[in-house]
Amino acid sequence: MRPFDYTRADNAEAAGTLAAVGATIIAGGTNLLDLMKLQVKTPDRLVDISRLPLDRIEATENGGLRIGALVTNSACAADRRVREDYGVLARAILAGASGQLRNKATTGGNLCQHTRCPYFYDTSEDCNKRDPGTGCAAQGGINRIHAILGTSEACIASYPGDMAVAMTALEAGIVIRSADGETRTVPISTFYRLPGDTPERDNILGPGDLILAVELPPPPAGKQGYRKVRERASYAFALVSVAWAIAQDSTGRIERARLAFGGIGAVPWRDQTVEEALVGQLPTPEVIDAAADRLLADARGQGHNDFKINLTRRTLHAVLAEACDKEGRA
Amino acid sequence: MKTQITVNGETVTLEADPRVTLLDALRNHLALTGTKKGCDHGQCGACTILLNGQRINACLTLLCMHDGDEITTIEGIGSAESPAPIQQAFVDCDGYQCGYCTPGQICSAVGMVKEHKAGWPSAVSDSLTGEIDFTDAEIRERMSGNLCRCSAYPNIVAAIREGLE
Repeated sequence: MRPFDYTRADNAEAAGTLAAVGATIIAGGTNLLDLMKLQVKTPDRLVDISRLPLDRIEATENGGLRIGALVTNSACAADRRVREDYGVLARAILAGASGQLRNKATTGGNLCQHTRCPYFYDTSEDCNKRDPGTGCAAQGGINRIHAILGTSEACIASYPGDMAVAMTALEAGIVIRSADGETRTVPISTFYRLPGDTPERDNILGPGDLILAVELPPPPAGKQGYRKVRERASYAFALVSVAWAIAQDSTGRIERARLAFGGIGAVPWRDQTVEEALVGQLPTPEVIDAAADRLLADARGQGHNDFKINLTRRTLHAVLAEACDKEGRA
Repeated sequence: MKTQITVNGETVTLEADPRVTLLDALRNHLALTGTKKGCDHGQCGACTILLNGQRINACLTLLCMHDGDEITTIEGIGSAESPAPIQQAFVDCDGYQCGYCTPGQICSAVGMVKEHKAGWPSAVSDSLTGEIDFTDAEIRERMSGNLCRCSAYPNIVAAIREGLE
């Protein structure tokens, strides 16, 4: 690691003030320190927010849940309200990383983990996300895990996380404090940025912004789940994942559907036209294929990851089979 | 900078550069070399210790972030003369070959069992809210952050079952 100054923030104001002038915020540190050891990240100053009182999960007035930014991934997945009412979120968190990492990783830090690929880590290779303007070695390189949706000429990395995919399906809001003390709530659908020609910016956070909490609306109707397809049974990134919340009516037709995808997009991927293709329909193979057609209309493989296009379609079929009651299926 | 931590019941104050990880502090400053450095990137679990009772990767956290915290390393679990049941079970079940991952496996197992007892579900639990049987599948999933390159996994699972039941 390169030398850096370390400051522990006593309150959000102090953290925001330091971050506004270039300090890097550290909470759990599981992603940041990994990158600092490789000198992918070389901050001059760290501001430690891990002792701020942001580690509570509280019910909100509208029947939702507010998860503090410093709630660990373990604590979030273990919370009884999350397990009972937001199973998709508990399942997604438990499908990610390892027990040790989940005990340290925080809600806010997880949201800010970098969209990244092995070339981002390898400082001997070109990477526009790490060193803007140098190029993208993944294109024409080994790109099995890379994205098929939302990529750009500059970057084809896939969003690697699980938690934010579930939060996307749940239409979470992210509560952000800016350095001037103002607080705003941003829908997670607008929090992540497509790479475009500035892949070095993963999200909309500006200098001095500090995530305070994630707000979940009241739980969606119907069943919820998280299906993650990966190359080993545990502790691996998704090739394709689906966070889902699906409700059927008494005749078996799909009444409501929320679907968000991980592993295939440059950001946690939600396409509401896919959900519209399912709502009001019986979950027949033809209906599911039509929804998959919409999802994958603009999908583009890079060679090694071409298989993800078909895998995504098949995973969508598997999700609908799991989500829908047998009598509802034609 | 100065950081005060309590390691295996003993409170110490260390003077170290902010870059020093908790793992390097334990090994190089306190000579507690039972905790191993494997990958140094949170991928292998050889550095697993208990921080305020919870298992974490000591390599992916800074000493300076832990002022006032309580740490248990493998040296605090038991000794060669007086091993803890989980340590004796690793010997009895042949839960290793080279032994490099073993301190991390044991510390991880201690933390893992507490998580299971607290009712935390895992990725392989059928129900998020019901009772969770302590099956081999649960042990394997919950221990997936600890790699064993000798691949002694069947005996590690057996040792955890024997040592903690």
